[in-house]
Amino acid sequence: MYIDPHIHMVSRTTDDYQRMALAGCVAITEPAFWAGYDRSSPQGFHDYFRQLTDTEPKRAAQYGIRHHTWLCINPKEAEDPVFAREVIALIPNFLACESVLGIGEIGLNKNSRNELEILEAHLDLAAKHNLMVLVHTPHLEDKLKGTRLIMDAIRNQGRLDPGRVLIDHVEEHTVGMVLERGFWAGMTLYPDTKCTPQRAVDIFEMHGTERLWINSAGDWGQSDPLAVPKAQLEMRARGHCESNIRKVSFENPLAFLSQSGRFKIS
Amino acid sequence: MASAPVLLSKRALIDRSYLEHRARLLDVASFLDRVERAGGEGADDFRMRAFHACCALLIDGKPDRTQRILELLSDHTREPIAHAHTKSATGAVPPTSAGAR
Repeated sequence: MYIDPHIHMVSRTTDDYQRMALAGCVAITEPAFWAGYDRSSPQGFHDYFRQLTDTEPKRAAQYGIRHHTWLCINPKEAEDPVFAREVIALIPNFLACESVLGIGEIGLNKNSRNELEILEAHLDLAAKHNLMVLVHTPHLEDKLKGTRLIMDAIRNQGRLDPGRVLIDHVEEHTVGMVLERGFWAGMTLYPDTKCTPQRAVDIFEMHGTERLWINSAGDWGQSDPLAVPKAQLEMRARGHCESNIRKVSFENPLAFLSQSGRFKIS
Repeated sequence: MASAPVLLSKRALIDRSYLEHRARLLDVASFLDRVERAGGEGADDFRMRAFHACCALLIDGKPDRTQRILELLSDHTREPIAHAHTKSATGAVPPTSAGAR
């Protein structure tokens, strides 16, 4: 049994839901993200938020998987602050939906001033509504700097408990600083970028299993919706006990997400 | 923070994963050969300079190779940039950036 706490099912086929259910997935959370192109209007985001809060939960339920979501405008579309603020203004209309856990995946992409301004606007919205936060950290060469800037922005804002914020896509050079500051940390299992299952298990061995989870972040790019059960297999093959495997792939996401008061498993 | 030990022995890890990583090592070698054989521009590409520097870290005999390679490939500046002119990352710090190590 496992939870995939970060996966973009709008980009996946229904067959993937079936395969995930067969592999033991009981619940997922789906953050709002970049569709691979820039939306031309805030109305495009309105429709996307409807897909996340209405369509996907029904599709997942066909396979006994409970679907939850996080809403935001992602950092790749945050370079136009006026546009981004129009999208942020739509989010409160969806907060009454029981499957909305919080704001995410917010963060930075190229670590620009405009991206930072919109990150801060999202953090204000989360604090105002007492919402949890799921953070995207930048890719490749931008990750180290972006992770520092994001954690500083949350600290400077001062109204969000780090224990209710998960900083995702950590790797070997960022996981330590994230955990030291009291945040939860997520490892994304990707074939070419971010972590492989093997490296994720290395990180568990080096940093322990507290406040850490694994996710597939499966989307429209090279990714694997079965990455979490594959990491479970890797842990098993390397001699990890079943209680540790269950902790990182089920109990930890359950503990973090349950703080929302809305997270349920089937 | 308590960390879990590596549960398999050195020999068991090698037995389990040597062939897989031997293949990956050959992939790296053949990639370097392929780039060298190819024509056109790119002999001084900043990504390949970074790649060669990373290869040196693999055999320096010191621990935490993965973390040190990721740090070598990271932008170390602290201030936000004025504007994002692209959405993409390259995997190494471009020479136009002040953040290269």
